[in-house]
Amino acid sequence: MLLGTLIYGFVNSTILALVAMGFNLTFGISGVANFAYGATYIFSGFLVWILLNSLGVPYFFSVVIAVICAALLGFLIYYVVILRVKGLALSEVMATFGLGLAIMELFRYFDFVGFRYTLPVFFDGSISIGDVYIDYQRLAIALIAMALTLFIYLFTHHTRIGLAFRAIAQDERTALTFGINSDRIGALSMAFGSALAAVAAIVILPLGTIAVEGGYDVLINALAVCIVGGLGSTMGILVASVMIGFAQTFTANYLEPHWMMLVSLIAIAVVLVVKPSGLFSHQKELEERI
Amino acid sequence: MKRRKERIDRGIKARSEDIFALTSYREMLYLLFPRAVPVVILLGLTPLLSPYWQEVLISTAVYALLAISWDMLICAGLVSLGQSLFYGIGSYIAGALNYYWHWSPLFTIPVATVGGGLLCTILLLPVLRLRGIYFAMVTLVLPLMFLRLVEATRILGGTEGLTGLTPFPGQLTALYVIQLGLLCALFGFRRIINSDYGLIVRGINDNDRAVMSAGLNIHWYKAQVLFLGASVGAFTGAFGTHLDMFAGMPGFALDYSIMPLAAAVVGGTGTFAGPMLGAFILVPLSEILRALGALRIVFYGLFLVIFVVALPEGIFHYLQRKYHQFERWVEVE
Repeated sequence: MLLGTLIYGFVNSTILALVAMGFNLTFGISGVANFAYGATYIFSGFLVWILLNSLGVPYFFSVVIAVICAALLGFLIYYVVILRVKGLALSEVMATFGLGLAIMELFRYFDFVGFRYTLPVFFDGSISIGDVYIDYQRLAIALIAMALTLFIYLFTHHTRIGLAFRAIAQDERTALTFGINSDRIGALSMAFGSALAAVAAIVILPLGTIAVEGGYDVLINALAVCIVGGLGSTMGILVASVMIGFAQTFTANYLEPHWMMLVSLIAIAVVLVVKPSGLFSHQKELEERI
Repeated sequence: MKRRKERIDRGIKARSEDIFALTSYREMLYLLFPRAVPVVILLGLTPLLSPYWQEVLISTAVYALLAISWDMLICAGLVSLGQSLFYGIGSYIAGALNYYWHWSPLFTIPVATVGGGLLCTILLLPVLRLRGIYFAMVTLVLPLMFLRLVEATRILGGTEGLTGLTPFPGQLTALYVIQLGLLCALFGFRRIINSDYGLIVRGINDNDRAVMSAGLNIHWYKAQVLFLGASVGAFTGAFGTHLDMFAGMPGFALDYSIMPLAAAVVGGTGTFAGPMLGAFILVPLSEILRALGALRIVFYGLFLVIFVVALPEGIFHYLQRKYHQFERWVEVE
């Protein structure tokens, strides 16, 4: 029982981290809270489904197309919508929220509801660790989440674009004097975040069905992890997702599954009272707190 | 030759700004006309409508009140993405009081208004210490969480909700109750925001540190504004409960969050009359477009994006400008 809880808690944590990573990346770099994040997630899930089942594209290609399309969507949203209200945080929030809602409800209107909307798992079957059975998909999620984290770390520390990302995040004006185009980097960060949402969708969605409500859940989970960890801090995301992930799994196994969704709410409330700008957000603390 | 547009206040606006407005009927009428329009339309014309359109008007007024409540929060710089939180909590409080203890609507609605306002304020109190998008995030999360909580724990009737509550005596009574609430909120909030107190509230939005350095406790002011906005939202919830004779999970539905937001942005934020105007445009419009079903929310989302990005001013500010100022082209030297 305990071993099982620990393993599933770990998998749950990696799911949370995967979901929050894209949102956090965009916010950390360009300061844009992308409330259309859940919509991007659902959009990529349905896109893969349509490519696979309606158009008969092979799995690998449909995944690649979906990730590219999600990135393009993010890029477009940035250039068409966000750039015009850049700096007005509240307008950004409202515009992306409205857009995300429109995308998600459009899927509902076209009747993308039901159990037939599922994505294929990578490998069928399961293995047992001790006396705990775990399917390959969950293992794949954990591995891919860890690999992506490593990839993002390497990308932001050792490539030109990655360094430009960090430069804009640290000090936009100084970065501008080095010839970094902050608009282009902002759009790229949005594209990157959306692509991460697509990857998360492709990896996580095989565990269940693709549903419009899932988009709201993803957004809520991403917000909860980001608030607890501190917006814009990658280390914070990892720690927060481990904390919330284990707390959720323990609650589900030892108390009642019903209380699982309360965990993130309580975590948000406690963090906002005790350390409002999140556990690991040092540099932004002064800006956010009044 | 280059030209630019010049805007100048009308003479009558300057004349009617002060006590001198009393010097002539024209000035008094100039001041009275915009204020009389909503009152006359709401109280005078509504009994003439057919029962169906009276119903539409009731739901319009509900959304208008939620939009006004949203606007009150935006005056202090708080963006709420979850007006349904206020609606749902007001609706459940009134519903529970009526269902379990059989209180009459005469008592449940005031209790739910004040109690719901207090409860929402306490729930959101931790977020008030932060600026930026935190308030928006938490207001988005809370109604969805409440939805899950009710669904999972089956408290307060669970997915079935509380049914068979006391209705209003008649449709016209309900209509007048909500319209009276709407007019009180509209004129009351406009008065508050133009007073010295409102100056502080708007100051918090513009520059919170400057207000702090004036020795004012901005958290206390923010909490007060939140209470005002949340009470109005809770009032609509309590009203809606008795109207539908039902309190349940639809109270936390997304409609109650996105419609007021879209209405306020379309109408023009920060004026209270703008959000009301927006609601009176969007809700009847959506009633006409009823056949579209779920597509309505898509339209609201798109309306929201288009107005936020392209026409952030809103309709009301435009009308106000036309009323108070005239425009002419002048040559630029």
